[in-house]
Amino acid sequence: MSYCREEGKDRIIFVTKEDHEAPSNAELIADDPNDPYEEQGLILPNGDINWNCPCLGGMASGPCGSQFKEAFSCFHYSKEEVKGSECIDNFRGMQECMQRYPELYPQEEDGESSPNQGQSGSDPTTDSNSPPSTSQSAPSSDSKAPSEGQNAS
Amino acid sequence: MLKCRSAWNKLAPLARSSAAACRRHAASRTGLQQMGGRLVPAAPMSTGGAGGGGGGQNMMYFLLVGATAIGGGVYTYQTVRGDRDRYEDRITEIASRTTKSLQHQDSYIQTQPSVEPAASLPVVPGHAPYLLIGGGTASFAAARSIRARDPGAKVLIVTDEPDLPYMRPPLSKELWFSDDPAITDTLRFKQWNGKERSIYFQPPSFYIRPGELAAAPNGGVAVLTGRKVVHMDVRGNKVQLDDNTEISYDKCLIATGGVPRNLQVIERAGEEVMKRTTLFRKVEDFKVLDSVSRSVKSITIVGGGFLGSELACALGRRSADSGLEVMQIFPEKGNMGKILPEYLSNWTTEKVKKEGVKVLPEALVKSVSFKDDQVQIQLKDGRVVTTDHLVAAVGLEPSVDLAKSAGLEVDADFGGYRVNAELQARSNIWVAGDAACFYDIRLGRRRVEHHDHAVVSGRLAGENMTGANKPYWHQSMFWSDLGPDVGYEAIGIVDSSLPTVGVFAKATAKDTPRAATEQSGTGIRSESETEEVALSPVASQAAPPAGPPQKDDYGKGVIFYLRDKVVVGIVLWNVFNRMPIARKIIKDGEEHADLNEVAKLFNIHED
Repeated sequence: MSYCREEGKDRIIFVTKEDHEAPSNAELIADDPNDPYEEQGLILPNGDINWNCPCLGGMASGPCGSQFKEAFSCFHYSKEEVKGSECIDNFRGMQECMQRYPELYPQEEDGESSPNQGQSGSDPTTDSNSPPSTSQSAPSSDSKAPSEGQNAS
Repeated sequence: MLKCRSAWNKLAPLARSSAAACRRHAASRTGLQQMGGRLVPAAPMSTGGAGGGGGGQNMMYFLLVGATAIGGGVYTYQTVRGDRDRYEDRITEIASRTTKSLQHQDSYIQTQPSVEPAASLPVVPGHAPYLLIGGGTASFAAARSIRARDPGAKVLIVTDEPDLPYMRPPLSKELWFSDDPAITDTLRFKQWNGKERSIYFQPPSFYIRPGELAAAPNGGVAVLTGRKVVHMDVRGNKVQLDDNTEISYDKCLIATGGVPRNLQVIERAGEEVMKRTTLFRKVEDFKVLDSVSRSVKSITIVGGGFLGSELACALGRRSADSGLEVMQIFPEKGNMGKILPEYLSNWTTEKVKKEGVKVLPEALVKSVSFKDDQVQIQLKDGRVVTTDHLVAAVGLEPSVDLAKSAGLEVDADFGGYRVNAELQARSNIWVAGDAACFYDIRLGRRRVEHHDHAVVSGRLAGENMTGANKPYWHQSMFWSDLGPDVGYEAIGIVDSSLPTVGVFAKATAKDTPRAATEQSGTGIRSESETEEVALSPVASQAAPPAGPPQKDDYGKGVIFYLRDKVVVGIVLWNVFNRMPIARKIIKDGEEHADLNEVAKLFNIHED
């Protein structure tokens, strides 16, 4: 049972869980998927990369931003059968840059990383030139691995 | 697609360290997935810009670099696009900084100004393609945005502070709740998710030296510390520093923030009183007040707004152990009286008192004097408050010193530089953060003094400085925590003079954040005093009561602020992870016949 009272201009309603269990009939305006001003995710509707996506953290704006953009663009737009296979040089360039900033781009995984590290637990610093064949199984969404290294430095 | 849905979810946590908040957030995540899901598909995350830090970086790093490649790239893709929640966890994190790096930074800062200008590299570049005046959050967010959109961009930040860009919210929040005796040196705090980070957005190695900016092949961000811009030549596209150095620019951002106001009666009270008064804004002020709070017996905070109430709670908590007396005086009837409707403001004041604060509402300061080694505050109603130290938290004066030389308009009502919807003041000049009085297409002309607004507006200014031509569109939010029972997030125009409709969940014991804290066994303060949790513990019982509860308990709810019957502001009261819904309602700007129906969208009974 909801209960309602007013204090001057302020209205106060108390509701129980049951009161609010019926679906809301409030009408919201449908979002315009082409809203030109709405912020977008990493990939824009037209397929381009949104470099200002906060999801990139400082990657695109940091000291290795140029190299990162080259490598990621190469991969994103790659039409090779093995997507990105022509981008090895770009990725190498990016990694060389990152190695100059160990504080910003920690080179080792955190020892406390969770055990479900999965495939990318391989040390990124050691086998940078070897083909990443083992990573093909990577796109599982439950691996915590890639993001677990932030305490490394 | 990664929509970076809950912008606030990354920044709000930024400053939430309490275990209670942690518990709340962890629990409410489920709620978001349940209901936030498709409702606001495009709710963006503009706020991650500055708050993001190394989390995203590292994620991308391990994704991209870790696997060097192709498979890894695919992985990156999938993971970045798919795993929103994890990202949200990460985005607030940053690579730890070692003590060594702190030392490095100190020496960097100290040596920087002492370098002779005659050295081979000039310390101050004569030209900066992107010149950002002010070294706070808005400037940093703009720098990041500029660099992201213009990868070789050369960005120079000029700040009169001695520090690299840092975030201010922890100065009145998390840093006070640390157990680390060296907190004033480390300036690290525990976030709501338990991970530690520094208040500095980036370690020194992120930046390049100002003198190296001109020659840097890939550009970069340089910070000139301890220098103030004193004059702008708009026609000549150049500025003058306090040492007469000139710097020309292509695009300029003014993000000068503001300086804390003081009461005239304190300023007039003489040197002894001023020596015992803190105006709180910068990291140095935190260090001073921390030190003072360990040496004096009584501190009085003047002001009942965000800063005053947060500091009162922070110091009040400390009082439990040290015997420090903490008083808070303000003219309103309750804490946050200019923000919250009166009933909620009064309720909040009771909670602040439980934090160990002696709250004196409806107290106007008549005069201040120094007597018997103490500060005496005479109130208009005749009461006298005696204390050892004053903290004046009575608002911010936007820094608009450049208005005259630059020919910029200062808003007569709100203060700050008047800019258009794209945050532009004149050709090649934009303004962001506290100092910007901007046109919000939805809500009209505004000036906003909150961290997230600095992030959002700085980011937008950076986009527009690189040609985006975008208006202020994504609403910023703000948040505050006052002890374990009061945590809220808000968006839009939240002004207690507006009519409001508050919809609250009839409380059960398990609904209160305090109960949540107790369950998890990680209370953020000593639980010495008793309290009746849940005054109307009936909600989830089989038979709801016919009449009103004995006493209203505003444990959880949502408060709508109305202007011309349209919702222009929303407070989420102890309800977390629902900001995208609130943002959507503000964006729609529609009149709703029954706000209780709108409140249903927030699932206030869920965690």
